[in-house]
Amino acid sequence: MADSVKINVSHVDFYYGTNQALYDVSVQVRQQSVTALIGPSGCGKSTFLRSLNRMNDLIPGARLEGKVELDGENVYSDHMDVIHLRRRVGMIFQRSNPFPMSIYDNVAYGVRVNGLARRRLELDEIIEKTLRAAALWEEVKDRLHRSAMSLSGGQQQRLCIARALAVEPEVLLMDEPASALDPISTAKIEELIYNLKQNYTIVVVTHNMQQAARISDETGFFLTGRLVEFNETKRIFTAPVMRETEDYITGRFG
Amino acid sequence: MPDREHTSKHYEQQLRELKNKLLLMSHKAEEMISDSIRSLVERRPTLAEEVIDRDDEIDQLEIEVDNLCYEVLALEQPVARDLRFIATAMKIVKDIERIGDIAVNIGERAMELIQEPELKRLVDLPIMAEAAQKILKEGLDAFVNSDAELAEKVILNDNVVDDLYEQIFRELLTYMLEDPRSISRAIKLIFIAKALERVGDHSANIAEMVVFLVRGQDIRHGTRLDRGR
Repeated sequence: MADSVKINVSHVDFYYGTNQALYDVSVQVRQQSVTALIGPSGCGKSTFLRSLNRMNDLIPGARLEGKVELDGENVYSDHMDVIHLRRRVGMIFQRSNPFPMSIYDNVAYGVRVNGLARRRLELDEIIEKTLRAAALWEEVKDRLHRSAMSLSGGQQQRLCIARALAVEPEVLLMDEPASALDPISTAKIEELIYNLKQNYTIVVVTHNMQQAARISDETGFFLTGRLVEFNETKRIFTAPVMRETEDYITGRFG
Repeated sequence: MPDREHTSKHYEQQLRELKNKLLLMSHKAEEMISDSIRSLVERRPTLAEEVIDRDDEIDQLEIEVDNLCYEVLALEQPVARDLRFIATAMKIVKDIERIGDIAVNIGERAMELIQEPELKRLVDLPIMAEAAQKILKEGLDAFVNSDAELAEKVILNDNVVDDLYEQIFRELLTYMLEDPRSISRAIKLIFIAKALERVGDHSANIAEMVVFLVRGQDIRHGTRLDRGR
């Protein structure tokens, strides 16, 4: 496993207008690892996740102080091409949101927009490779031109992952990627995340602590906008350092 | 430092029940050890028999503790301190059960020794028994109160019990050398001393698990595994 830092976040404060959502958050996300972010609703974990590829830019009044670096490059610099950034740092959401088009076209979309394939044959190859990487190929290879909406929820989510992978990102951000899925689909997504880390750096927000424990190498625990503890996952779930972490993960709330 | 309660009352209840069973079990084991030694010193065969009979209760509790642990593992998927508590429970339940067995062994030897004339007035053996019982009690108190400092003291004091064993062993050896007719009784007394020495070892095991429970740090076999980074 590579030990180098892919994303370096230092002393980040985040505001929605006058509301401060993050307080002095510093994290180093290692390359080719899975980092899980846990914490109660409203703790800032999704805000943090979205700040990594500047998805928060779209919210009026949102403002970030501090530094977010991708491979040492300041993500919030004026020179940063945000479109390019989001290609490098892809995102998967809680509700799968396939485009109302065929399975094939869903995956092809980003490839076409970015002009990543010159010929039809090349595109076909990318589609197959990507659907295989998303562990969906075997299930859809005979119906690539059917509507993506005909897929089950779990398949749709893997399709969205394939769509994100098709533009060859380096980092995948996932916000509750399996929370709307049944246990079998969830297991498939988790297995997929586990395998994807060989080639990608993954950051996952999840409410499901067992899921964080199963899939991640490192876990960050957020509480009221602060990063209380960031540690190896096996450490967090056997002997966390902070009392607040311990109380939260063992179910001693409030 | 008092623990906060779980949001799930049912879970909280299960953990409390588990702790209570372990407490009951350890209380019984402590009593068995002290009664087994008393049966020897006071030469009371009926008390020795009673000790032997009481082992069934400990065995029954061991099974109940194990079942409860499996249940919590399967249904609650404990993590962090709760996980360490279950792991500790599953280990020390074995130590406590063994202490019960040791009391039975002492009781059996006591019954045999009572049939014969006294080899000598027992002075050091009761002292050793007291030392062993003290660290057993402290080891269990450390568990009950999640007291890592007390647990560390128990681990250190196990040496006292070991030293007393050496002393008793050497003394009885001289008895055997002087008079071969004493061999059978001396060996039985050495066996009892060895049993008490084992009680010390089990107490130290319990204490080591308490340190793990409280601090999440494995100090067994003199290692300090670096679990953090």
